[in-house]
Amino acid sequence: MTLPEGATTATGEREYLVDVRTQDMEVNMGPQHPATHGVMKILIRCNGELVTGAQPQLGFLHRCAEKIGENVEWLQYLPYTDRYDYLAAMNNNLGYSMAVEALMDIEIPRRAEMIRVICAELNRIGSHLIAIGTYGIDLGAFTPFLYMFREREWMMALFEKICGARLTYSYIRIGGVFNDAPPGWLSEVERFCDTFEKAWREYYDLLMMNQIFIKRTADVGVIPREMALDFGLTGPMLRGSAIDWDIRRDMPYSIYGEIWEDGAFKIPLGSGEMGTLGDCWDRAWVRITEMMESVKIVRWCLDRIEPGPVIADIPKVLRVPAGEAYVGIENPRGELGHYLLSDGGKIPLRCRVRGPSFSNLAVLEALLPGTLLADAVAIIGSTDIVVGETDR
Amino acid sequence: MVLHQSLPESEKLKSGTNWLNEFLGTLWRPDFVPDWAVPLTAVMVGVGIVLAIASLATMFSTWLERKVSGHIQCRYGPMRVGWHGFLVPLADGVKLLLKEDMIPKGADRVLFVLAPALVMSSILGAMVAFPLSHEFFFADLDLGVFMILALSSTTTIGVVMAGWSSNSKWSLYGSMREAAQVVAYEIPLGISLLVPLMVAGSFNLIEISEAQAGWFGMHWFIFRNPFMIPAFIIFFIAVLAEMKRAPFDLPETESELVAGFMTEYSGIRWSFFFFEEYTAMFLFSCVTAFFFFGGFEGPPTHFAAQVFGEGHLVHQLTAFLTIAVKGFAGVFLMMWVRWTLPRVRIDQVMTMGYKYLTPLALACVLGAGVFEVLWHWGVDA
Repeated sequence: MTLPEGATTATGEREYLVDVRTQDMEVNMGPQHPATHGVMKILIRCNGELVTGAQPQLGFLHRCAEKIGENVEWLQYLPYTDRYDYLAAMNNNLGYSMAVEALMDIEIPRRAEMIRVICAELNRIGSHLIAIGTYGIDLGAFTPFLYMFREREWMMALFEKICGARLTYSYIRIGGVFNDAPPGWLSEVERFCDTFEKAWREYYDLLMMNQIFIKRTADVGVIPREMALDFGLTGPMLRGSAIDWDIRRDMPYSIYGEIWEDGAFKIPLGSGEMGTLGDCWDRAWVRITEMMESVKIVRWCLDRIEPGPVIADIPKVLRVPAGEAYVGIENPRGELGHYLLSDGGKIPLRCRVRGPSFSNLAVLEALLPGTLLADAVAIIGSTDIVVGETDR
Repeated sequence: MVLHQSLPESEKLKSGTNWLNEFLGTLWRPDFVPDWAVPLTAVMVGVGIVLAIASLATMFSTWLERKVSGHIQCRYGPMRVGWHGFLVPLADGVKLLLKEDMIPKGADRVLFVLAPALVMSSILGAMVAFPLSHEFFFADLDLGVFMILALSSTTTIGVVMAGWSSNSKWSLYGSMREAAQVVAYEIPLGISLLVPLMVAGSFNLIEISEAQAGWFGMHWFIFRNPFMIPAFIIFFIAVLAEMKRAPFDLPETESELVAGFMTEYSGIRWSFFFFEEYTAMFLFSCVTAFFFFGGFEGPPTHFAAQVFGEGHLVHQLTAFLTIAVKGFAGVFLMMWVRWTLPRVRIDQVMTMGYKYLTPLALACVLGAGVFEVLWHWGVDA
């Protein structure tokens, strides 16, 4: 007996029941599962421990962010950007603000640009700390996560001092930043950088160079170069497969072009050092190395920052000239793009967001079949998705 | 306790509750209480003592786990309930008793209820063979080690039952992993234990301990033979895998299988699995101490025996404290490993067990045998 023509399972495979004694098992990984890092569901078909099919199912955290964008004023939308990728809210603020500024053509004060870059890079560090830490938890190593939280706590305290919030900052505004750094803040950032460089060595030795960690991640979830391009991966997912693309350097925004010209930072690329090029270890390595590059960028800014205004003169009720703009920035997870369409009114006509987690997530469906269940968890962890952003 | 010693050899039943039996026999009792009630009461009290020892070890271990993990992870762990959170296990117990005891709708009710009971009774049965000191024990079995190994393996059946009856796919995965893992690691566990057994020439834990009494109580098996160290390492790894402790906690992998075979359990039933895990940790640490690290023996026990005489209460107490300290040192080592290492994958677990540990354990047995014959020829064999 066969199923009628065209009948498929949830994973899109034909199911044959002729003389089949054993049957693949369908398991719902999520929406409440520790490995999915939020409310996401992955429907997995398993033959014993072997995954034969996987389909991510989204939408549990959908909050209509884009539709809200079409109904609130330009300035009012900013707090909503905090909530896509709540681990990198500064970067989201930056992306949206820059998209609006691209429509308006305003001059951002130099000090504001500096503080923006410091905040964005600090937030990149914090975001990657979570990425690597939870990746450790996925693989059963709980302790590195709490070591990383030690530094992340300080990073959040720094943000609390500058803007009063710990997670959803809304600090980077259209035209600059909300307020100037309080006295002593910049020197505390410097001390943070000093401490972080020492702590980084700890994470590297404790987690990245752990033999079991290497055994679990090397040669697992290999994304070849072509596949990375085909799926439109961005960020560490792309650079893990040794494709040299970083928007901070290749389509420079803010003052990143200047920093790159100065040779202050490098773009780490996966090398296949422990296994195959583009495996989970490479992606984790790219993330952990990027944190040190972020520290270098922060230090570059700290050396050159000078007093001055921090926000351009913009009206309370913003009327943005008609036109359209797309600005993509390098979020910790990849390219965060904002496409804004204005008819010259008080509210955007269209506010489209390209979230990196959403694009990176698509690769799971191709990557998971053929792996073991434990590897599936390792691969999901290595994509480093934030469900707030995939669903928006 | 001295009473037991004073019995003639022919009447000396191999049970640590004999002294209780005799003590109760000397007491006045009403006529309607039959004679058989006396040994029965003695056994019941003995069971109570075993249960108390297991519970205390478990409670202390859970507190230790919190504190060790806390301090490893740059935090304090529990600090509020009692001194440094010392009473947290009690609060936990009360909480678990008060929690709702849920049985999932599609579960096999009989097996679901039976599984934690089986797990708990197996490990308590194994605890019976654990002597507290040279002369204070529940049962002095000639095959004591064998009984501990056999009964503690029975917990696997309970785990498989729990996974199967829960009517949850995650639970099923957990229990299948447990079955595969235990089968793979029983072999190196048993074989690596042959190395000290060969030297001791006995399955009796007390005799094994006494065999290590020389050198001021430091004639431990681990120092006796170069093949003991690899045998100990193999044994320790196999024990970790047997007990589902990290990095071999595949049956309950919280990041993959939610909570593995325990997913559907709640309240006091769930705590039975925990009880089993922590009691087994303590028990197997003590077994490790008996086989490799001198058991009751150590300089304090040696000098206590010298000063107060063999079998004196102080000597017995020192022996008990020695084994308790060694046991908790082993428990601490297991916790240290757990909070440091990531988890291995199921195929890696299997590869390690079958391809590396088993042949290595066999090589250890061979090497230790040859070494013993050549080195200790005519010395004490």
